[in-house]
Amino acid sequence: MAKKKKTEENQTKELEKKEETIKEVPEEESKEVHDAEQPLEEIETSKEEPSEAEEKKEEMTRERVEAMQHFVFKQVSSIVFGMLSPKMIKKMASAKIVTPELYDKEGYPVDGGLMDVRLGVIDPGLRCKTCGSKLKECIGHFGYIELARSVVHIKFINVIHDLLRSTCRECSRILIPEDKIKTICRQLDVVEQEEGIEARRSMVKKVISDLKTINKCPHCKAKQQKISLEKPSTFMENEKRLSPIDVRARLEKIPDNDCLVFGINPKASRPEWMVLTILPIPPVTVRPSITLESGERSEDDLTHKLGDIVRINQRLFENINAGAPEIIIEDLWDLLQYHVTTFFDNNIAQLPPARHRSGQPLKTITDRIKSKEGRIRHNLAGKRTNFCARTVISPDPMLKINEVGVPLTVAMKLTVPETVNEWNAAYLKKFVEKGPAVYPGSNYIIRPDGKKKKITDETKEAALEELQPGYKIERHLMDGDIAIFNRQPSLHRMSMMCHRVKVLPYRTLRLNPVVCAPYNADFDGDEMNLHIPQTEEARAEAEILMEVQTQIVSPRYGLSVIGCLHDGISGNYILTKFLEMTREKAIDFLCSAGVIDFSRLPNKKVLNGREIFSSVLPEDFNFKGKSKSGEPVVIENGRLIEGVMDKVSLGGEGAGLLLRSLHKKYGASKTVEILHKILCLGIEALLRNGLSALISDTDLPAEANDKIQDILNSAEEEVSNVIKKFNAGELQSYPGKTLKETLELKILEILNRSRTKCGVVVKDFANKNAHSIIMAESGAVGSYLNVSQISACAGQQVLRGKRIEKGYKGRTLSCFKPGDLSPAAHGFVRNGFKHGLKPGEFFFHAILGRDSLMDTALRTPKSGYLYRRLANAMQDLRTEYDESVRDANGRIIQFKYGEDGIDVARSESGKIDVQKIIDES
Amino acid sequence: MHEELKKYADTLPESILNEIEEKCPASKIKKVAARVYKEYCDAKIDAGEAVGLVSAESIGEPGTQMTLNTFHFAGVAEMNVTMGLPRIIEILDGRKNIATPMMEIFLKSPFNKGKDIHNIAMRIKESVLGEFIKEYVINIVDLKIELKLNLEKMAVIGVKPALLIKAIDKALGKEVSSKENEEGGLVVKLRGRDEKGLNDLYKAKEKLRSVYVCGIKGVSQILPVKRRDEFIIITAGSNLKKILDLDFVDETRTTCNDIYEIQKVLGIEAARQAIIDEVFKVIEAQALNVDIRHIMLVADTMCSSGEIKGITRYGVVSEKSSVLARASFETPIKHIINASLVGEIDFLNSVVENVMLNQPVPVGTGLPGLLTKVIK
Repeated sequence: MAKKKKTEENQTKELEKKEETIKEVPEEESKEVHDAEQPLEEIETSKEEPSEAEEKKEEMTRERVEAMQHFVFKQVSSIVFGMLSPKMIKKMASAKIVTPELYDKEGYPVDGGLMDVRLGVIDPGLRCKTCGSKLKECIGHFGYIELARSVVHIKFINVIHDLLRSTCRECSRILIPEDKIKTICRQLDVVEQEEGIEARRSMVKKVISDLKTINKCPHCKAKQQKISLEKPSTFMENEKRLSPIDVRARLEKIPDNDCLVFGINPKASRPEWMVLTILPIPPVTVRPSITLESGERSEDDLTHKLGDIVRINQRLFENINAGAPEIIIEDLWDLLQYHVTTFFDNNIAQLPPARHRSGQPLKTITDRIKSKEGRIRHNLAGKRTNFCARTVISPDPMLKINEVGVPLTVAMKLTVPETVNEWNAAYLKKFVEKGPAVYPGSNYIIRPDGKKKKITDETKEAALEELQPGYKIERHLMDGDIAIFNRQPSLHRMSMMCHRVKVLPYRTLRLNPVVCAPYNADFDGDEMNLHIPQTEEARAEAEILMEVQTQIVSPRYGLSVIGCLHDGISGNYILTKFLEMTREKAIDFLCSAGVIDFSRLPNKKVLNGREIFSSVLPEDFNFKGKSKSGEPVVIENGRLIEGVMDKVSLGGEGAGLLLRSLHKKYGASKTVEILHKILCLGIEALLRNGLSALISDTDLPAEANDKIQDILNSAEEEVSNVIKKFNAGELQSYPGKTLKETLELKILEILNRSRTKCGVVVKDFANKNAHSIIMAESGAVGSYLNVSQISACAGQQVLRGKRIEKGYKGRTLSCFKPGDLSPAAHGFVRNGFKHGLKPGEFFFHAILGRDSLMDTALRTPKSGYLYRRLANAMQDLRTEYDESVRDANGRIIQFKYGEDGIDVARSESGKIDVQKIIDES
Repeated sequence: MHEELKKYADTLPESILNEIEEKCPASKIKKVAARVYKEYCDAKIDAGEAVGLVSAESIGEPGTQMTLNTFHFAGVAEMNVTMGLPRIIEILDGRKNIATPMMEIFLKSPFNKGKDIHNIAMRIKESVLGEFIKEYVINIVDLKIELKLNLEKMAVIGVKPALLIKAIDKALGKEVSSKENEEGGLVVKLRGRDEKGLNDLYKAKEKLRSVYVCGIKGVSQILPVKRRDEFIIITAGSNLKKILDLDFVDETRTTCNDIYEIQKVLGIEAARQAIIDEVFKVIEAQALNVDIRHIMLVADTMCSSGEIKGITRYGVVSEKSSVLARASFETPIKHIINASLVGEIDFLNSVVENVMLNQPVPVGTGLPGLLTKVIK
């Protein structure tokens, strides 16, 4: 009769009905509830007896009415968990199920069958016999079946076992003397108060485990027998089987006070309820059947299982009534136990899972609740939304940074509700007039009672006439509307930012490439999601808390995540380093980049790039920094006096120091504005100047090539010397290492050093005006390491901290001699990528490529799980008004957040720059 | 402290005050303090901010960028230590047995100059009998084993044959007896020779090999290294308690990377600091940037109960008061069943439960309520 409560599909709804104490709202408010609900009810009742003509009309309106608006006026304040008593099951049931048949010949649900209409409706057109409402309105009702013989609840089997073992077989008292019970109870309460409920549970376990060995009841002095559990669900007392009826009889006798010691609250759950005499039947809405194309009905797994239970139960009843021999009854009883067990859990270790005819195991209650696809994580902790869109993304640098380009087709599907009032009535009427097919039109009209009507060409006139203050129009998405943009995996809060809509032609969602960094997006086919907030509160929150400019500074390290990338960086590098132009050209240049304020351009014939760049900076801005190569960058009074712009000043993801100090001085919106201008400048510079990577960019002069060959030759020689020493046994081993390990370390070090040396040579000889080098130098893309790997030497391939050793016995590839220790035989790639790799070298390089693929594939789930655990453990921590950090119970985790109460997102990499303040004042 | 700064003693954190004191010329101090105070107020965290989630994101997100590789090959002869994501997981799990325990032993002044550093290190290292033995000679007839000793090595560490005999007695005293022979080696005989056979002899030989002789148990490898201007000893394997007992060890700086051991020896505050240091070390080594505050918060959640609780279903998550919050993490059925027995009440005061019920969550903007007078 005990039945775990929460098994239904509509868990929350059921919970609301049965398990909660609902906090009453203040009186005034509850009156309002009534006022609001009154007209609704009237409409409902007026439809009760419709004339034929009206019925037709009703059908029509029903088609149009899509959803009712619900307002939540009540708040759930707590949920109580407990077991269902047989009485309770009967009380909440609306039907007793007696027959395993589902439908009669006409296909109508049988009375007393599992699909009884009293349990709710799943067919359109039928009405629920319990509450009288239609499909989708009726949430379903429980039924019950009376079990011919009681059966244990498999999920409580261990608890029952503990109870039986630690209570007297005669008097059912717990095997603890009277005087000790109280002290133990008190101790338990203290433990719970101090350390929480889990600590109490483990203490209960300890108390009980000591009772197993007592063989004389301290109350009635009866001798105890050994009770063992034969899995899955049979209890044996000294080789004699205890039937569930015996078990239940014993559990019944356990007094309430003794239950407390077992950690069972008799108010919530009596021990005997764990042996079922009556089984609740979940409503049909929980296990809807689906009609296949052929017109055949396919029932839910739960219905199948319940059918089995009812069938066996009936047979057991009949056999008992007919006085069948005990063996047959026992067999049927066991079968009933099996079916009830698998109804709750189909993955019990000792039981074969119940299967479909096709052989696939049934999904029963436990499977429905647990795991990622289960009710809790999939339907309750995760929600689905309306008003969202998803497509491929593409870049558009001409969009503002906080804009998102929405395709017209999407803009005509997604809507924003606007309430009609005196002042905007005329404005909103225009949308209705245009209808759903003409942009900017509207799709739905919502009456104050919550009825939602689709606007079509036919209904347009009627809607227009009807329109009056209080109505809502769902108008098409327009420029400037607020939208939330998101890319999975949503690993940090910058993965969901608020953008302004910009309706554009074509079919992709578009974003400024600057925001790729926080989303971690690229355009190789990535898709992103767009959500349109529907209420004023939601829009306000999105705008104030989530808009792109508010997210510039990452709460992870207190520096900007958003900054120029690629063209933005290399363009400004070229502009500030190389370009010079006449005043006319400069003005043309600025105009094309969208800068129209030339007042700050110096009045000279020829302007250099720094002066042009300066015109986007605020006039009173001062900045001192360093460029990537370590030269100073000085901005005084909004003029770039010295230095070039590169990744350190403009970049995102922790770089972008110039942007960070702009942000600090002028705030978020101004920074975004300036950043956009800077980006445009960079793009314009590249448009006028061109930037293409040439293969010849990585060409080296003969002199450099000679030097590189020298370096490599001498490195190889050095290695062979070390090897010789090793073979001669003259090598000194490092402490804690064997000789062989020492040798490997030495070789690795020599070879790595040689590549670094090559890198230096390449850097010295590289053509600083070559475009590929400009890209590396400015930090836009690539590095000198890449260049030297292309032009000089790809270097040693290091696999798990060692040279490559895998392969054949004693050698890596069959083209080497066994025991060859030379660089080439263990993954040293002497050639650069441009020159081309030898087959062996290529193979070694490919090994590393594969290894890194494997690394990524293995890492993703691991780090995902770590993240989930962290998020789950820490999600309820918050700062309080006294700056302390507390969890949901109010336990203090930190007395002052981060020991100084500083918000990382508001500080410069977590610090207050005292030195700077001193310098400035 | 400067007079002007004293005014801010209650409002500004100590570290900032000290920094001003240190760097600022006295003439400017009033102005600077006022400006710093203003900036500090601007940078303060809002009440209700979901700092836990922000920290989780800040550690979880770079986790996807970390390498899985477990090696450490900076420098020539460093120890092999678990690094990267596996190490972070190991720390946050609160594992009792970590993959590569390690210690950094700092020495007191005269010892850290490098003289005899090797000998000091050798004294720390756990030595087993097998290391001192050149050759085993098994005498089948007399059922005894003759051990030829590596006297040079013994001299380095200062081990005398008598000590070896003592060690053997201590470990295998019930099975064998041993004594010195003329050639400076050892002779080991089986006790109760009559009923023992050749097999037992071989078994005894294997056991002899791993008999603990001297040094500190658990320290399997040692490596003296120069750090700035002093020598320290890095070890593989750790035994913090024993090491701190040694008189030449600087107990204020010596650490190990086993959080549990630190908690046992030095207490929970030290363990908290160790978690912060270890996580920070890994993140730094990967050239990732995470503010220390986030790591601090994680360490504090792990340690707030007074002992180390891992971020697992048995640790921090099991401490939650809400049934639904626990159920939504892992093993939901177990939690619901147990809750029903006790009649637990979920007061819906954390995040997930309210998400489940479509109610505002009590963090951030969901936290404050609004009181207003309704005009009737």
